[in-house]
Parts: sequence; structure tokens; C-alpha cells
Amino acid sequence: MTERAPLISMQLMGKDYSVPSGLTIMAAIEYAGYKLVRGAGCRGGFCGACPTLYRRADSHRIFTALACQTLVEDGMCLVQMPFVPLITKPYELQTITPRPNTLLQHFPEIAGCVACNTCTRACPQGLQVMDYVQAALRGDTKRAAMLSFDCISCGICSSRCPADIKHYAVGLLARRIYGKFVTPAAPDLSARVAELEAGHYHGALDELVGMSPAELRVRYEQRSFEAVADGGEAHSATKRYNSPVDPVDFQDEIER
Amino acid sequence: MGSSMQIAYYPGCTIKASAHQHEGAALAVLRTLGVELREMAEWNCCGVVHSLTSDNLIRHMAPVRVFARLREQGENEVATLCDMCFNTLARANLHARQQPEQIAAISVTSGDELSYDGGAGVLHLLQVLRDRVGLAAIRAHVRRPLRGLRVYPYYGCKLLRPAEVGIDDPETPAVLRDLMQALGATVVEGSLQTQCCGAYHVVDHAEIVAGRVAATADQASAGGAEAIVLSCPLCHYNFDTLQATSGAPLPVFYYTQLMGIAFGLEPDQLGLEEQQIALLPLLQRHNLVHVKGEQA
Amino acid sequence: MTITMRAGGEIDELLRKVEALSSQNLAGCYQCGTCAASCPLRGSMDLPPDALILHLRFGLPGVLDRQTFWVCVGCDSCVEHCPRAIDVSKIMAALRQISIQESGDHLALAQLPETALRRLPAIALVASMRRHTG
Repeated sequence: MTERAPLISMQLMGKDYSVPSGLTIMAAIEYAGYKLVRGAGCRGGFCGACPTLYRRADSHRIFTALACQTLVEDGMCLVQMPFVPLITKPYELQTITPRPNTLLQHFPEIAGCVACNTCTRACPQGLQVMDYVQAALRGDTKRAAMLSFDCISCGICSSRCPADIKHYAVGLLARRIYGKFVTPAAPDLSARVAELEAGHYHGALDELVGMSPAELRVRYEQRSFEAVADGGEAHSATKRYNSPVDPVDFQDEIER
Repeated sequence: MGSSMQIAYYPGCTIKASAHQHEGAALAVLRTLGVELREMAEWNCCGVVHSLTSDNLIRHMAPVRVFARLREQGENEVATLCDMCFNTLARANLHARQQPEQIAAISVTSGDELSYDGGAGVLHLLQVLRDRVGLAAIRAHVRRPLRGLRVYPYYGCKLLRPAEVGIDDPETPAVLRDLMQALGATVVEGSLQTQCCGAYHVVDHAEIVAGRVAATADQASAGGAEAIVLSCPLCHYNFDTLQATSGAPLPVFYYTQLMGIAFGLEPDQLGLEEQQIALLPLLQRHNLVHVKGEQA
Repeated sequence: MTITMRAGGEIDELLRKVEALSSQNLAGCYQCGTCAASCPLRGSMDLPPDALILHLRFGLPGVLDRQTFWVCVGCDSCVEHCPRAIDVSKIMAALRQISIQESGDHLALAQLPETALRRLPAIALVASMRRHTG
């Protein structure tokens, strides 16, 4: 059964378009005729490549979203923000000695946080961004790591910050420090790394590299997931978000 | 021993990082006194300094948010150890009472998530000790009087000024003197006790701070003091790291550390080894701590 | 050097801005110098606070090039002692804000040496940024 979705009006970079309702912003952009060569990636809400700024007719505020995760609305005015500039001083995790002010030392601009909470309101992941920056400021690396755990580095927080803080880079260093110095080492991981280094998977990799796109797609749709230790249903974030029925491009989404 | 008094607690960033010995000592001392500080569930940096100009409203958001969060968790009074947090919170509180229209403006720009009427209270720990616990109760807990120890109380700015938020007489403050005397110490006083140490100039004009610190430490030494006792984590950092190295630098104590010593608490609760200028030799000279394994 | 003094003429633009931002009436200052006498950092200033107020009132040039208002940390010693109840700290804050708006930040965070950043406590950096950047 295919019933045409009613058209809605939206503005893309100041130009009016009519697009079917029910599309994601990303699909609507492509429907309008644009080919996304930047500002699109996994299309599953993971890679953080498609931050979008938009306004609604009924509010004076600017809203933010991931284009692949948010449906277009009638009256929306939007633009893609494919990249938020980031320069960080290089650091070498192996040589860092974590101290209470290590995060502040690497990102002194967090001292400029005015606690306006704009970053938190802008985060498409719904993270308590301001609180993790504040935790970083007071040297609470664990809290900064935990609160920023689901960060996908889309950079929307930084684009909206009056203090020009590089939130996602702060959270990343916090998680790296926490992972290296606080969490216990994972034995499975070191075993797998040893297997990789011994070349156990070279054959399997070569086989994949040699496949045609159609063969790869079949293989992808047939992939299986590791069983969980307690025998419960295998959970994979990738399975949920990247399942075969998810849109791989806008045509899929429109046909659905 | 159960706590007879519970107060919400706003630590501030520096108390959790470079000044955590102050917090450790404070919590240990307060346990002894039956006071429990309950850390706020979620808090943010207050901004350290009060925003002084009439149109820079965004900088009031941080302290106002602290109060809003305090209210959200059902509290109406909060205590802090840090002088600069205390001053910033107290002045923001006053501002919220005197200029509610500015707080309303902040509230609107913040997406209506912040609302605060200035009605909560903020206490410095020294006020809790002086006005709630009382010096008599503190005196009653002294197990090892600091007899013969000559200390120079340094107040700096933020405990005392401006007068509308200060916790003591801005000209002749007494709270640290009275506290130290209650612990049995001898107090050395001087005109520079209430003068600024140069504060945040340590970031890029440390020479200004070094000059103030040297003058103050010289005055303390000339008066016969063996140590400086203070409250503010920024003053502490400045006095601990920027005292001239030519003479013998004076050890710098948080008052909570000296209270812990006098109460006979274990030295390892008091962070005595976390300073640049060693504290233990002076305490050992006065027979106030024993290094483990040295003697019974 | 020629100095143009503006006495009794139209109100100087900088003075007007400072008065608006600081909510202080600079004409109230009677130049007793108590602020300078009570200032612990006056030795590092290139103009004492009372003279700075006078320069502002007379519309003398070069006020924003002075270091005085950067040296002031707002310890409020002068505020406590001023017989005219003028909040000199707020005047200094107004000058800092005007300077930052006109000439940009006064603290180059990216230029701070690594050794300083490794040891400086949050309290110092936050305070310095609040006073030195817009």
C-alpha cells in the first residue's frame, strides 16, 4: 500500500521547498535535490556528521538536531552545519599523569563557562553537557567521563557556547583518562588484539575486500551478534540503529 | 555519634581539586562537632567573582543557578568553605533580592529554566562554626591545645568586603583570632591581615602577588608568627607557592587543619602533606603531631 | 604634549559609558585620595584610582591605555574606605569591559605557558577569565 504523504513547506538555507511529511531532515534535503557530500555519514544517529540548526515559526529560539534523526516539520527553516572547527593541542595519553587539573590544563577555556546551559539545551543526545564541563573544571574526571559517555562529537554544543568551549573534546579526554587509568583492563580486548596482531583475521578481511557491493550487502544483512553472557537477548546498539530496514539513503525512506 | 546539625553544602571547584585537604579537614572536624555537610546533588562553578557591571547579566547565571538547584533539591540554606564562592554567592543573592527584574531577564534568556527570588541563605563555614556551633563547643572539643603555636590569621578580601556580605568587621575582624585562641594558639596580628594577596594575578602577573605575599609574610614573621592561617583556597595557593624563598617561608594552614590537630584527629585526615611548604616540622616542634612509627 | 581638557563642556562619551556601566556618579569624587591610600596594589598601577577618576571626568586622553583598571582585582578596600561611597571597583570593572569590547580580550589563554597551566588552580583561571575576557 502506498499512500502519498501530504506535502509540508520548509525552508532550506533560505529557499522554500515542499517535501513529504514524515521524512527526516536529511531525506528532505535530498528530496529537495541536494546531494550531501559533507554533513552526512552513518544515517543512524551515531557518527555526529549531520548537525542541523533550525527555527520554528512558533518560537524565537534556534533549535538543534541531527538531520538523520529528526523529522521535518511544517514551517521549519534549517541549515546543515557539517563541521564545527576544532583545534586542540596534541596530547599523548601514554605520558599524561592524571591530576585534578589535567582537564583544565588541556582545555583552560572551560574556566570561562558561565553555566548558561546552552550546550545542554542544544545537545541532540540529551546529555547534561554543562554538568560534564563543570565536572571537568573541578577535576572530577569520572563524572565528566560518565556524563559525556554518549557524546557523538557532533559539535553542536561548541557552536552554541558563549565561552567557545570545546565540550566534546573535553569529554573525550575525560573518557580516555578514565578508560586508561581508572577502569580495569578488559582481558577479552587484549586477547583479541593479540589475535589481530598474529594475523588471525587476515583471511577473513581479504575475503570481504574482494566482495562486490551486492555480496557485501547480503553479508551485512545476515550478520549475527554475539550472545550475551547471561543468556539474554543479544543486544547491539548497531543492530538497533543499523538494521536492514533503516534508511540507507533517502529513496529507502521515501518508499517505506 | 549522630549529627545534630545538617546543612546543604556547596563545595566549589577548587575545594574539590587543589584545596581538597581543606574539605577533608573540614568534614572530619565537623563530624567531631556533630555537623553534617550534605553536598548538593548537582552544582556548578559560581564564577569566582561577582559581575560588577550593570549589563553583564550572563555572568550572574552561574551563582543564580546554584541557588535554583539548591531550591530544586528542597533546601533553603547552603554552606561553603571557599571565600570566593561565598562572596560570589552572597552578592548574587543580594543582587537577586535587590534587582529581581535582572534575574527575570536572565530567566527569559535561559529558556525559563532558571528562577530564583534571592530568598535562600548562604553561610561561610566560619559562620557555621562561630554562630551555630559556637566557640564554647569548639573549645570543649580541644584535646591537644595548640599551646605555644604562634599563628598569623590572614583574612584577605572576600570574607570581609563588601561589608553588606562580609562575615565580620571589615576593619578589625576577629573570627579567625577567636577561633585560634579557642584552640589554644597565640595570635599575631598586623595591618596586612585584611589586605588583598593579589588574587588571580597569579595567572599572568605573578610578580604582583609575590610582592603582596612577601610583605604580608614579612609582617607575620616580624610579629613572631610561625605560621599563617587562612581560609581562602586562592590565598592559600598564593601564600603556599609564592612566598620568597630567601628567608624561611611560613607554613600555611587552613583553619580546619589546625582545628583537626587541636581536636586530636589523625593527621592523615587533615592533608598535612599536600602543601608545598611543609607543615609537619613546625607541628612536630610543638609536639602537636607524631610521625607514625617514630614514637608511641 | 598638548592635553585638551574638557571642563564644563559636553559630557565625555567614555565618562558616560563608565557611569552607565558602573552605576556610579564620578562627580561625587572629591579627590581625597583615600582609595589610592588604601589600595594594596597601587604600587603596580600606572595611575592611582583617584587620578584615573579625574582623567575620566576631564575627558583626558589615554584612559583606556592605562594599566590601573587591569591591576585592580576588586578587593574592595577602597570601596570600604571611600568617604563618598563611590564603588571604585565597579568603575574599574566598567573600564575593563569597555576595553575588552573595543580591543578584545586582555588574557591570551592560548599563550599561557604549559608549566603555568599544569599548576594553576581553577579558582585563579576562572577569576582571571571573568575579569580579562569578554
